[in-house]
Amino acid sequence: MEELIQQVLGGIATGAIYACIALAVVMIYQAIDHFNFAQGEMAMFSAFLTWQMIDWGANYWVAFFVCIVISFIGGIAIERIVFAPLHNAPVFTHIVVFIALFQIFNAGAGFIWEFTIKEFPSPFPEKLPFDTVLIGPHELGMTLITLIMLGLIFMFFRFTPIGLAMRAAAASPESARLVGISVSWMVALGWGLAAAIGAVGGMMIAPVVYLEPNMMLGILLYGFAGAVVGGLTSPGGAVVGGFLMGVIEPLAGMAIGSGLKLTVALVVIVIILIFKPSGLFGRVVVQRV
Amino acid sequence: MAFLEVVNLEAFYGPIQALHGISFSLEQGGITTILGANGAGKTTTLRSICGMVKTAGQITFDGVSISGKKTENIVRHRVAHVPEGRGTFVRVTTEENLRLGAYTLKKSQEIADGMERVYSYFPRLKERRNQQAGTLSGGEQQMLAVGRALMLRPRLMLLDEPSFGLAPLIVQELFEILGTINTEENVSMLLVEQNATLALKLADNAYLLETGRVVISGTSEEISADETIRQSYLGY
Amino acid sequence: MTASTLQNTDPNTRSNLRRNPADSLRVFGMTMQQIRRGSIIIAVLIALFAPFAVEDFSVFQMTQVIYLSIAVLGLNLLTGFNGQFSLGHSAFMALGAYTAGIMMAQWEIAYYWTIVPAGLICFVAGFLFGLPALRLEGLYLALATFALAVAAPQLLKYERFEHYTGGVQGLDLFKDDSPIAFLSNDQWWYYFSLFFGFLLIIAAWNLVRGRTGRAMIAIRDNPIAATTMGINTSVYKATTFGVSGLYCGVAGALSAIVVEFIAPESFTFIHAILLLIAMVIGGLASIPAAIIGGAFILYVPTFSEALVDTFFGGDPSSKALVWVSFGVVMVVVVSIMPMGFAGFIRWNLRKLAR
Repeated sequence: MEELIQQVLGGIATGAIYACIALAVVMIYQAIDHFNFAQGEMAMFSAFLTWQMIDWGANYWVAFFVCIVISFIGGIAIERIVFAPLHNAPVFTHIVVFIALFQIFNAGAGFIWEFTIKEFPSPFPEKLPFDTVLIGPHELGMTLITLIMLGLIFMFFRFTPIGLAMRAAAASPESARLVGISVSWMVALGWGLAAAIGAVGGMMIAPVVYLEPNMMLGILLYGFAGAVVGGLTSPGGAVVGGFLMGVIEPLAGMAIGSGLKLTVALVVIVIILIFKPSGLFGRVVVQRV
Repeated sequence: MAFLEVVNLEAFYGPIQALHGISFSLEQGGITTILGANGAGKTTTLRSICGMVKTAGQITFDGVSISGKKTENIVRHRVAHVPEGRGTFVRVTTEENLRLGAYTLKKSQEIADGMERVYSYFPRLKERRNQQAGTLSGGEQQMLAVGRALMLRPRLMLLDEPSFGLAPLIVQELFEILGTINTEENVSMLLVEQNATLALKLADNAYLLETGRVVISGTSEEISADETIRQSYLGY
Repeated sequence: MTASTLQNTDPNTRSNLRRNPADSLRVFGMTMQQIRRGSIIIAVLIALFAPFAVEDFSVFQMTQVIYLSIAVLGLNLLTGFNGQFSLGHSAFMALGAYTAGIMMAQWEIAYYWTIVPAGLICFVAGFLFGLPALRLEGLYLALATFALAVAAPQLLKYERFEHYTGGVQGLDLFKDDSPIAFLSNDQWWYYFSLFFGFLLIIAAWNLVRGRTGRAMIAIRDNPIAATTMGINTSVYKATTFGVSGLYCGVAGALSAIVVEFIAPESFTFIHAILLLIAMVIGGLASIPAAIIGGAFILYVPTFSEALVDTFFGGDPSSKALVWVSFGVVMVVVVSIMPMGFAGFIRWNLRKLAR
């Protein structure tokens, strides 16, 4: 029983990271109707940047926040330079460019920092203030940090004028233009936020999976699964979906062994896309002739 | 030069030409209506003024050329477009819709005053201020669309078939309010309508479009009085 | 237009309509058709006789180009000609490779019997994956195949299959020496692979030129219109997936046989990306492009890595710079040359034509 609780709590902790990735994926999907296959690699690259700053002697939290800012700007830059010129291009072109981005970040990280595994520091204390074996300090810490960040994002969208403008631009771009919103800059902003959210996810999971260029692939897959489960048109749903996948992962592992975790994500994705493509909270998109 | 001057406007949807060089003008404080059957190019005309369609030709607003500019920049010249189908942001509240209308305004006091003004014109919206806009009735959504346009303190308002799908009493109420807005707020209006009678009652001048060309123009009195025009083009 | 033209009963006009009018354009005094025929003949001659002109390692590399081209061709049939995006074809190569590998390592079956079963199993797998894929449009299919590519290596390492697959360590494969006295081993494997390569290229060419090909392309360009024209899109799409799987399966089997070693890490998502790069750079919807693509992914990285080595002194991570630039090249190619190099050449030839 204790083991079960341990696994579930651990699952919630990793679920927090899946929720970050899922949210980032859905934000970009809402902005441009495409999947950012490079989301994981961007997060990994951000984590490497933080590692580098710490290696040069920076304080963890300073590096953490600087990385968020750099990632935010980087996300906007990628959108403006690479994707804005392509916005009328066919689907295949977009897919190829995302995969190319995947390749660039993956190989780029390998080129700059090598493919050897590195340790990534955890900012949380070695021991919890209270005694328990159910959850470790880093797991608890990363859940809290992620929840705080998600809360801030939620408040941003709900209560600020720009957040409202971004929601409007995603929902009805033409009407948004008619009130003076620059939809194209809202898309850029969405990219910046997605990159920043991904960066937080990467930095939080790196201590657990160890820092190396290929660390995010499985996490990206689970993030996608979370987004699909929650509903690709619902950011809130994506977050819920991410946490759900986090809990499903260890439970499935206990049921069918830990060697098939990625296959579980594959099965979830395929089944949901075929039978309930709108996910738990999303809306069905009608395809016009 | 007139407040809004359109000269030889051509509009294209891809390879298809929808407007074949139309010209018209609107005086400050006036209301002009554009009439015509379905597919005549009325909506295209409004969309062209707002930069939503590929165009050729000259569009000048208050002395400034706005042809070829991006929609969001034209809006900043205080041109408000109440689009066909209302363009409501259905998943946010009534009040958030109005707030979005005020996106180009900086001062919060202006925004608050603006909302009060809109609520005074449309008290029903005030009742539904926190309701999700998609749940409002057709007439209420139309009022919301006009209200949202008002929030940006427009000097020119473009209205695309505001009477569409609404009950006659509501339409009458709406048109009365439009008239009031025109005189009290000095908002010039370019009105596209299928309901010619109502449009001609409200407007000073009228242009009649047929397959992308202006076939008749004149004051509303002239056009309403002319039997041949009424029978051939306006159907009554 | 007279009635007889409409009915098209005149045998002369009928064959004229089948011929591509662009073929009669002339460049440097030759028609496009003559250029194309000439290039094919030259290519076949090179393919047949090159192994005698170079040493064994180069022959080995050329063999790799053959099966890589087959894989790229498989992907191109699915994506280029039929419009279904797949980021997961590394999984089909894996299936083909492991089918061949298990037959050879566990059941001691001779290598030449493994190609056909590998192809057939992958055809079935492709078809079965293609059935649910019918409900997934472009982007979602890309996501599903992405998931397949990511999950495949782990599946191959699964402990319950280890007895067959060799788990993480993979399988070492052994085969007999060349049965023909005057051919070295590498030359023999080359011609062995070339045989299947020719077979599959000709099959693809016939497929694409005929009614099936036109149906596939119609489905790619406008699936709803294709349905209204009476094309059973479901059957065509699933079958194309199967055929595409078959090609990758044969390529995988050949790779297993020629390299004599298979492991899960040979079939990762990165390999699926490589196939995609090859297809994009070679050119979509073009059979010669597959060969350009195959050659590209073999020779260019090796060459570039050697180049990088001279600057960075042999550090393995510096080779990654090559892959960064590949990403950049992909973006450039797909933005500027959406039809890849093959299309670029064709386009230039047309421009030079009168």
